[in-house]
Amino acid sequence: MSQVRIPSRDSAADRGVPSAADDALVIDVELARADFTLAAEVTLAPHGITAVFGHSGAGKSTLLRTLAGLERAARGRIIYRGEVWQDSAAGIGVPPHRRGIGYVFQDAQLLAFLDVRGNLGYAARRAPPTANGPAFDDVVAAFDLAALLGRPVRVLSGGERQRVAIARALLTRPRLLLMDEPLSANDIGRKADLLPYVRELPRRFGVPVIYVSHAMDEVAYIADRLLVLGAGRVLAHGPLDTVLERLDLGPATGRFEAGTVLNGRVVRHDDAFQLTVVALGRQTMVIPRVTAAAGDAIKLRVRARDVALAIERPRGISIRNVLDGTLIDIVEEPATAYAEVLVDVGAAHVRARLTRAAAAELALVRGCAVFALIKSVSVDDRLVLGRAGDAELHG
Amino acid sequence: MLTLHELAPLWLTLRLAAVTTLILLVVGTPIAWWLAFARTRLRPLAEAIVALPLVLPPTVLGFYLLILLNPDAPLGAGWLAVTGDTLTFSFSGLVLASVIYSLPFMVQPLQAAFVTMGRAPLAVGATLRAGPVDAFLTIALPMSARGYLTAAVLTFAHTVGEFGVVLMIGGNIPGRTRVLSIAIYEHVETIDYAAAHALSALLLGFSFAVLALVYWLNRAHALRVV
Repeated sequence: MSQVRIPSRDSAADRGVPSAADDALVIDVELARADFTLAAEVTLAPHGITAVFGHSGAGKSTLLRTLAGLERAARGRIIYRGEVWQDSAAGIGVPPHRRGIGYVFQDAQLLAFLDVRGNLGYAARRAPPTANGPAFDDVVAAFDLAALLGRPVRVLSGGERQRVAIARALLTRPRLLLMDEPLSANDIGRKADLLPYVRELPRRFGVPVIYVSHAMDEVAYIADRLLVLGAGRVLAHGPLDTVLERLDLGPATGRFEAGTVLNGRVVRHDDAFQLTVVALGRQTMVIPRVTAAAGDAIKLRVRARDVALAIERPRGISIRNVLDGTLIDIVEEPATAYAEVLVDVGAAHVRARLTRAAAAELALVRGCAVFALIKSVSVDDRLVLGRAGDAELHG
Repeated sequence: MLTLHELAPLWLTLRLAAVTTLILLVVGTPIAWWLAFARTRLRPLAEAIVALPLVLPPTVLGFYLLILLNPDAPLGAGWLAVTGDTLTFSFSGLVLASVIYSLPFMVQPLQAAFVTMGRAPLAVGATLRAGPVDAFLTIALPMSARGYLTAAVLTFAHTVGEFGVVLMIGGNIPGRTRVLSIAIYEHVETIDYAAAHALSALLLGFSFAVLALVYWLNRAHALRVV
């Protein structure tokens, strides 16, 4: 146990003094396996959706299972809102069924000898009657399960299974919902259909969510906060947009999917061309028409590989969205052709991925004025309104 | 053809097999659970001990039990002091011997069922607020129902067919230790072939029916899995 790092025992949470720590999930755990070691130390704010992101093998699922108490070999401390779930030094280890967590497994893990109603009822019967939580019928309605209640679970599609699994977890009336790549099963045809359910969980059912995923598009759509895990360690943690802007996380977040999220506001719709104008601070962007109404907040995800840079405003090109801004960071990747650039476009930051040769030719340095040419954006419109929208934005 | 007197061994045999099966359901479950889930280097040793009755000649097992259970040995003496009856040449002794003799027939199918089930459903139960006992009763039992049926049927049938161990520690006391196989042996010894034929045919038919049932259950299971 000597290698376990235990932080100061004199924290406010230990003394029982109300403080920020009483509204936090304190994690300081270590788990040694033959091929990898998890050593995660981080304090999370259990509100909204916190995504745990990393490549496969980074330790995401292991961390989640450790939080649930399913990894008996894990050592260290876990404190949820002032309640000690684990403190190996003090010999404390609350068993999983007493932690008040809900858990959605990667492969749903429905109880095969029960039908859908049986699976939901199993959870509902064991929910503490005093705990706040949604009623059976409300959950059935929210996840469109009424027609499935009498069916054996083996006839369900992948998407239906996961809806039942999420509903079942909610019916235990959890204080914290842990979700392990619930949309990654092969037979889930359209995971976009399920994302809105997930996204709405904290607001609709009042339960904070920790969501494990290796898919950056998923994470960017649903997460409020992002925790990046690499080789069993916490590489970064913070608000989604802040973490996404960090160029140094390239290898961990994946170059192909790297990008930032822009928070805009719908200005108006253009019915003739089926477009929507979105305000982004003092600048505007035009995207394929979305269903959000004028004045609505909207999230746009822009991938670094979809952004080109120019040092003059280009003319005569098909790209409709050209934002002027200031280059605030540039990171060259040694031994590759590429450089990652972060541009301040006023209300938000945009990442761009270009070749080092281009950066040299344009003499890009911190502080220089640039134009960001945005080839495509992904819109989270569908998450609220059930619309799909990953759109190429050529003229 | 068979008189009531001649059917007494049949009744005794069924009673012995039923009691043995019930005891082994209770005793075998934790042993099988431990063998299926414990992370220990002792497992091979424990599995070997459980499997011993499969390979040991019943006479060897019966001989050791005779040594252990006779009224001069501590166990046999203690039993005599508490119950006023001996363990050797008594029904209780037969039950004890049968429990040991049939142990692998209960433990091995249960262990296989638990291994097939795996830990995942128990973790699911825990995340649904089911404690270990709750999860065992409401998840592990229904998921292992077929394993339990196979184990119980095999244990029952194996106990019915027991001969060597009974002969060693039970002898041949009518109404007390004279089970079916012993009765057949005696009929043959006394050249009463008609009675031996009748009882043997009964045992043959019973054994075949039991095995057919087990294989049919396993076949249905395989079909369901596919």
